[in-house]
Amino acid sequence: MLGDRDSIYGFAALGLDIFPVSDNETGARTLRSLAERDYAVIYITEALAKELELELDRYREAPLPAVIPIPGVRGNTGMGIAMVKKSVEQAVGSDIIFNEK
Amino acid sequence: MAGTQVNPTRMELTRLKKKLVTATKGHKLLKDKRDELMRQFLEKVRENKALREHVEEGIQAANKNFLLARAGMQEEVLNTALLAPKQRVSLESGVENVMSVEIPKFTFKTRTPDENDMFSYGFAFTSSDLDDAIQSLADIFPDMLKLAECEKSCQLMAAEIEKTRRRVNALEHVMIPNLQQNIKYITMKLDENERSTQIRLMKVKDMMLAEAHGYDTL
Repeated sequence: MLGDRDSIYGFAALGLDIFPVSDNETGARTLRSLAERDYAVIYITEALAKELELELDRYREAPLPAVIPIPGVRGNTGMGIAMVKKSVEQAVGSDIIFNEK
Repeated sequence: MAGTQVNPTRMELTRLKKKLVTATKGHKLLKDKRDELMRQFLEKVRENKALREHVEEGIQAANKNFLLARAGMQEEVLNTALLAPKQRVSLESGVENVMSVEIPKFTFKTRTPDENDMFSYGFAFTSSDLDDAIQSLADIFPDMLKLAECEKSCQLMAAEIEKTRRRVNALEHVMIPNLQQNIKYITMKLDENERSTQIRLMKVKDMMLAEAHGYDTL
């Protein structure tokens, strides 16, 4: 779990490792070091993911780790859905799943 | 590609024809691969979308619960309560091959045998809201993992589809027409050579006849 403390401390109770970060630079560094270690899935709050989009793109096509944005305490920014949308656009050429909205 | 140099020889012609056969076969196969990948991708992406909506809702609800829990407890008490997690999750990741795309498969194990045995604090000094909050997170967690798996698969498949599509297009619109054009060029050139040889022979025959017997066929 990566993100601001308030959004992620609950996950510690589930047995996930949490890495609270407060600014983008440490966020990027932590993300990189986590990706190099043995983590298969890294959940990252949407607020932080938005700042680190370039970093995330690097892990898009690597088989592991899976970097998954989830909403934090500050609410849903729609970033997660946007990532899915991006995949669809990449594969199909245009967005055919989400345009019913 | 008639502009580029091709040797108008029989050998080259055979080589090009073989290449064309391979290219056509490859094109067909890749096209099939693309269609099948696309079908599976669309299925996955729909699942992905549903899962994500579900998970986001769940997390939002859990966050609300946490907010309540925090409101009802002192910050220090809350931090202490969650300081030493009892539960640990370990992930095992396998790979599954879908149309030559390796998509991850995650299974998780918890350290304590009972999945619900995760409260790392006594119940006396913590608010019941905290229990609810943690429970709601725990409920959503398997779906979060599924989401991770699904979303990663989608990303990988999208990349593969893009690659395959490029290959199909390159074969269809560049390789195959070029080969056909070259083959046509060589065939015509060879035919032309043959005709010119024939004419030359006829001409020589006429000249020889005229020389030997004084015939004038012209």
